[in-house]
Amino acid sequence: MVTRIGDTNTPFQAWLRPDGRKGIRNVICVVYLVECAHHVARQIVSKCDDSEVHLIGFPGCYPNDYAYKMMEALCTHPNVGGAVLVSLGCEGFNREALKHHIEGSGRPVETYVIQNEGGTLETIRKGVEAVRRIQTIANQTPRGDMSVSELVIGTICGGSDGTSGITANPAVGRAFDTLGAAGAACIFEETGELVGCEKIMASRAITPELGAELEASVLKAEKYYTIMGYGSFAPGNAEGGLTTQEEKSMGAYSKSGSAPICGIIKPGDVPPSGGLYLLDVVPDGEPRFGFPNISDNAEIVEMIASGAHLTLFTTGRGSVVGSAISPVIKVCANPETYRKLSGDMDIDAGRIMEGRATLDEVGAEITDRVLRVAAGEQTLSEQMGHQEFILTYKTFDPVGPACLPLRGKQAF
Amino acid sequence: MNTGPFILLHPDDNVLVCRQHAFRGQSITLDGDIVVLPDEITVGHKIARRDLKAGEKIIKYGAPIGSMKTDAARGAHIHMHNMQSDYIKSHTREVTGHGH
Repeated sequence: MVTRIGDTNTPFQAWLRPDGRKGIRNVICVVYLVECAHHVARQIVSKCDDSEVHLIGFPGCYPNDYAYKMMEALCTHPNVGGAVLVSLGCEGFNREALKHHIEGSGRPVETYVIQNEGGTLETIRKGVEAVRRIQTIANQTPRGDMSVSELVIGTICGGSDGTSGITANPAVGRAFDTLGAAGAACIFEETGELVGCEKIMASRAITPELGAELEASVLKAEKYYTIMGYGSFAPGNAEGGLTTQEEKSMGAYSKSGSAPICGIIKPGDVPPSGGLYLLDVVPDGEPRFGFPNISDNAEIVEMIASGAHLTLFTTGRGSVVGSAISPVIKVCANPETYRKLSGDMDIDAGRIMEGRATLDEVGAEITDRVLRVAAGEQTLSEQMGHQEFILTYKTFDPVGPACLPLRGKQAF
Repeated sequence: MNTGPFILLHPDDNVLVCRQHAFRGQSITLDGDIVVLPDEITVGHKIARRDLKAGEKIIKYGAPIGSMKTDAARGAHIHMHNMQSDYIKSHTREVTGHGH
């Protein structure tokens, strides 16, 4: 049993990007720009057979500002060393602008248009060669010290049950308190899963104006989900003992720990300082494109677009997902689930349920694991090749000035 | 640290959470009294700490998490059959695929 407190003062080795940011992985992204190019892109990744070559993409043919902004943020994420773009040719995605943006970040990038390359097999052949070229360049990226204060860490819960809010979520909250105090930017999210907690949460804001914005973000989510007809509540939540949205919310909320809340960001916005931030994932305006996030990985991708180097994923029923680009550490809340799925769970927080560990001990174990994964240790989902990715249509307005009281006050 | 199969998360709570599978007819200690469980309870599920009336708020983590739809006796399973959200209604897998 690991209960050693992770040393948050010791730097670890990271990839130093030309844009000044630092990454804990050196991933090459193969990017399909419409579903019609998905198979070709997937074949390129499969043939490369390299754990550091990941498939990401956007399925839609119609352009969308949010999806474009997300793709820019993802392809220039600090964990990414370069990209190969795969286009069918006639889709709406602005492949030229994306390529230009990636080049501007100092990363190698090549584009292949299936309609111009001679079809499926030729594009796959050229794409595999392109990945090798880009990886050779990315492997020359200099290494150097990175401190905890330069980390961005996300947290999400998936497959929650009646144990999540007692064990894994508050244990992550303890780790967030430690890592945030050491200067890391910590992101919690899913305002739809904070319905019922808005007043308690608002009282933790660093300014009253931010508190009002926090409450407004949850009211927006409640309105949105009410129009959708379902709360952010899955049948498995009920099977695991959760009865209502607000019960699930109270459990989910505990992932945020006890630190003051420094601001609200939207997908693709990087936190302007260390400390605790809420990611508002619910679209603005009238609902247009369906549910805010159709499954957990959509939220993980949004936190990665906001700079998350890694994600803490708490689960009671037992999710097995990982992610493209940034490692996912899974924290299992339910001791019975852990016994069934131990090969998928990095941390056994269910010990708390059975009196075999305290919240502080598991919180320290999570902090320690974050530091080790940041230093290069693979998570279980990474070892097994989990690289889930999903990006869909959304619409957002930029955050207002009250949402980021620290913007401009601290250099990022 | 609690030693029984149920945990009280906050002193104001009127429900307890199951941390170890408990069986129908099993005797448990609730605030010093012996109570016989009328239902089987699995990990993560809730039971009534005392008799609860329809309309009463359910308190867990010291915060309201919904209201009772019907009365429930001390020790009873508290879930979707007898309580509901004060915000958005919860759904089960049966909302689609009717008749299957």
